[in-house]
Amino acid sequence: MTELKLPSIDYAAISPILIMLGTALLGVLVEALVPRRWRHVVQLTLALLAVLAALTMVVLSADERIITAGQALAIDGPTLFLQGAILVLAAMALLLIGDRSVERGGAFVAQAAVTAESADDRRQAEGRNGLTEVYPLTTFAIGGMLIFVAANDLLTMFIALEVFSLPLYLLCALARRRRLLSQEAAMKYFLLGAYASAFFLFGVALIYGFTAGIPGRTAGVDFATIHAAVGESPASPVLLFAGMALLAIGLLFKAAAAPFHVWTPDVYQGAPTPVTGFMAACTKVAAFGALLRVFQVAFADANWDFTPVLGAVAVLTMLIGAVLAVTQTDIKRLLAYSSIANAGYLLVGVLAPSRDGLAGTMFYLVAYGFSVLAAFAVVTLVRDDDGEATHLSRWAGLGRRSPFFAALFTFILLAFAGIPLTSGFTSKFAIFGPALEGGQAWLVIAGVLTSMILAFPYLRVVVMMWLSEPGESTPTVTVPGGLTSAALMIGVLATLVLGVAPAPLLDLATGAAEFVR
Amino acid sequence: MSNFPFLSVLTVAPLVGALVVAFLPRHRPELAKQVAFAWSLLVLVLSVVMWVSFNAGGDRFQFRESYSWIPNWGVSFTFAADGIALVMLMLIAVLVPLVILASWHDAESSKRSVPVYFALLLVLECTMIGVFAAADVFLFYVFFEVMLVPMYFLIGSYGGHQRQYAAVKFFLYSLVGGLFMLAAVIGLWVVGGKTFDWQALSQVDISTGTERWLFLGFFLAFAIKAPFFPFHTWLPDAGGAAPAGAAALLVGVLDKVGTFGILRYCLPLFPEASKWFAPWALALGVIGIVYAALLAVGQNDLKRLVSYTSIAHFGFIGVGIFAFTTQAGTGAVLYMLNHGLATGLLFLVVGMLISRRGSSLISDFGGAGKLVPVLAGVLFFAGLASLALPGTAPFISEFLVLIGTFTVNKPVAVIATLGIILAAAYVLWMVQRTTQGTLNPALTEVDGMRRDLNLREKVVVAPLIALIVLLGFFPKPVTDVINPAVQATMDDIGRTDPAPSVGGTVQEARR
Repeated sequence: MTELKLPSIDYAAISPILIMLGTALLGVLVEALVPRRWRHVVQLTLALLAVLAALTMVVLSADERIITAGQALAIDGPTLFLQGAILVLAAMALLLIGDRSVERGGAFVAQAAVTAESADDRRQAEGRNGLTEVYPLTTFAIGGMLIFVAANDLLTMFIALEVFSLPLYLLCALARRRRLLSQEAAMKYFLLGAYASAFFLFGVALIYGFTAGIPGRTAGVDFATIHAAVGESPASPVLLFAGMALLAIGLLFKAAAAPFHVWTPDVYQGAPTPVTGFMAACTKVAAFGALLRVFQVAFADANWDFTPVLGAVAVLTMLIGAVLAVTQTDIKRLLAYSSIANAGYLLVGVLAPSRDGLAGTMFYLVAYGFSVLAAFAVVTLVRDDDGEATHLSRWAGLGRRSPFFAALFTFILLAFAGIPLTSGFTSKFAIFGPALEGGQAWLVIAGVLTSMILAFPYLRVVVMMWLSEPGESTPTVTVPGGLTSAALMIGVLATLVLGVAPAPLLDLATGAAEFVR
Repeated sequence: MSNFPFLSVLTVAPLVGALVVAFLPRHRPELAKQVAFAWSLLVLVLSVVMWVSFNAGGDRFQFRESYSWIPNWGVSFTFAADGIALVMLMLIAVLVPLVILASWHDAESSKRSVPVYFALLLVLECTMIGVFAAADVFLFYVFFEVMLVPMYFLIGSYGGHQRQYAAVKFFLYSLVGGLFMLAAVIGLWVVGGKTFDWQALSQVDISTGTERWLFLGFFLAFAIKAPFFPFHTWLPDAGGAAPAGAAALLVGVLDKVGTFGILRYCLPLFPEASKWFAPWALALGVIGIVYAALLAVGQNDLKRLVSYTSIAHFGFIGVGIFAFTTQAGTGAVLYMLNHGLATGLLFLVVGMLISRRGSSLISDFGGAGKLVPVLAGVLFFAGLASLALPGTAPFISEFLVLIGTFTVNKPVAVIATLGIILAAAYVLWMVQRTTQGTLNPALTEVDGMRRDLNLREKVVVAPLIALIVLLGFFPKPVTDVINPAVQATMDDIGRTDPAPSVGGTVQEARR
């Protein structure tokens, strides 16, 4: 009888993951044990402390480069960098989620099961305190993302995908107002997400089959085995290509790349705005972390096979995001399409297989995350009696009513448009430079052309805010409480600092930009 | 004194001034104007000191400063000025105080914050100085793009009719060009070994195909900025909608970034491609000269007319640059300066006329000279300078461009000469319809038309008139500075002037 050997686990290295998941469980207990009126404070404090503790552990293990827990988790430079990014951005998102001064009772529904549009629904919208289950859900999602970017085999990756997706589906359904829209968003996201997961799982199975039969190796779905199999496997390459394609579908869905992007505008619009910000920033980091690892570690030697296809996806994504952004009349949908286009730019970075390319992509993820969270923070502030005023026509003349917030939002839009001295410019440069160096000139040209198209919708918002006269229905900007202000200012400052002095973060990213195999 | 960091101080100073002005209380507009004016005078004084300490016979690039910025990408804050940049910096320093003075009451009619208007003008000055002073391609690109933002708000918030449309069109056109340039900048960075230093990049050998693509990327951005035909359609809209002061800076300085960029970046960095594309560029220049002049003749809006005349003049500058002779090149650079003075003056005077009448349509005027004789006289002078009358500064530059071009390309020179005739047509006809002839009775009912130039306005126009006349008779101080720089640029692309061949042609003619 063979002895069962337990894999050694480096608990210190995976402590950020343990902290987040442990806190999530603790959060569930808090829901059960702590009196209702204390829950909000306790939960928010708990979640923020956990993020802080996890971040501390990430910083402390900054030099760790190991594969642990069997072959399941790789704690290396990119993992730690992206985990740090997810945690910082999640902390900002938590600030937005926890704010109860902008809207009485917070952005979340008081009772999710109430029939939408009923009298009960209207009563809950009037200001009863929102659900506090959102905090454990968010911490679960963060924990899942931390695993997702560290996963070193496809099964772990799949489990992480589910761990962070399921809470997100729920969170989308919890908007305080426009309940139907919110529930529709959650339903769409859930159904399409389930399909994407199925695709991913099927891809794992095919890849497993592909790795079987290499002399001297057992079949497996850890990345080292897959990497070896790409060169040596006697199995038909059709298995590899089909498996890669199915995996890519699952991952590109989460990354909101075309043609798997259709859920994005609806979900971004329907979800509570703080959750939208959380998804736009953190989910993007996690999804691209996984894409980078899968394609640059597991399938690195098949890059001749996947580069043209992923390149086409990147071009399509940029094009669809940019062109459809032009036609949008709702600010949240506009930001959704902008996020799709940004997924396209990030894919260009994924296809630049050099150290600089990896560093540039990671830099882009952080820079974009900060800006997009700040953008959604402003969206939560522009409101009237009926909740957020997201229709663009309502933003006319906002610069006259609330010059300070309009100026901040203008700055963020200029960053999205890639004007120098903002992080939007430096991050584009960080990606396009290595891509051109890697011989992907056509992707860079496509990126530049779509940037031109994309500038137009951003500019239209600027025109709306500054050059149009305020109308009767122009809402005022709510003066935000401490939490939202903090998130907003962090986002704007980061956008400025990363645009003016990107060197420190670039150094950090370049230092971290090496996968362990 | 030459160790003083002139260029970085000159770049930063207006920005500091802008911050000061922007945070002055909104209900004290007079204070904001005074501070902005004083600040721009300070910049002018500093620029004069810099001009004096520039050694015309010395190094090509002087006042070089370099500070590390983003070492990962080889980006640094590197400033340096050659003669061409120096002349443009001087033009900015002279124009901005005059524009501030001329715009004294412009912002008040728009219901918007007056201090912000002047702060935006100072921010614009900062970016304009930066773009000419940069000697690092990345830094140049940064200023090139950021420059759009203050101008966008100047047009969009303080402009006249159709300001939103004009502002967005201006921004998008420039951004499109800028993004093409960004692609080329990244390409240059990759082939140049990951540095952005101009001097290092000018030593790099690039393969022919790549060089042509990179040239195109840069050239497109500059051709839109300048603007050359057929990328010019944004300028009449922007120039027509912008407040007169901003329009003077837009056409007088901002657009020169395009021609300056061709001289500083396209020619020295991509010499072979420049020669390959030169016939096309010359053709665009010549078409621009004739086409824009014809359109100018047909305009009924004063500011749009001046914008079209500028497009024609930019055609001349383009021809001068791509003729690749020292004379034509010097003429082109001198033209950039003189055009800034003459068209700047024309825009400002036209602005004074428009603010009095409350309309920019030529058909709303007629015989205005009888009501405001001094203003009409200044308009006439500005018009004459703009059509390059001998004795005014633009004549010298236009003449240099034409003779410099004639030695290498006769057809282009001949067609370009047509532009001079058309210039006379549009200028004189415009002057005639606005200020000469029988008095339009409607004018007498407008209060503003009874006030001739006041002291402030006289102070605005006097220095410009003096400079135009002075440089018209004695351009040597400026040409001395420009010549070595143009010579160096021509050396970069390996062109020497054709030897004087008068004797040869005469002999050939005798045979």
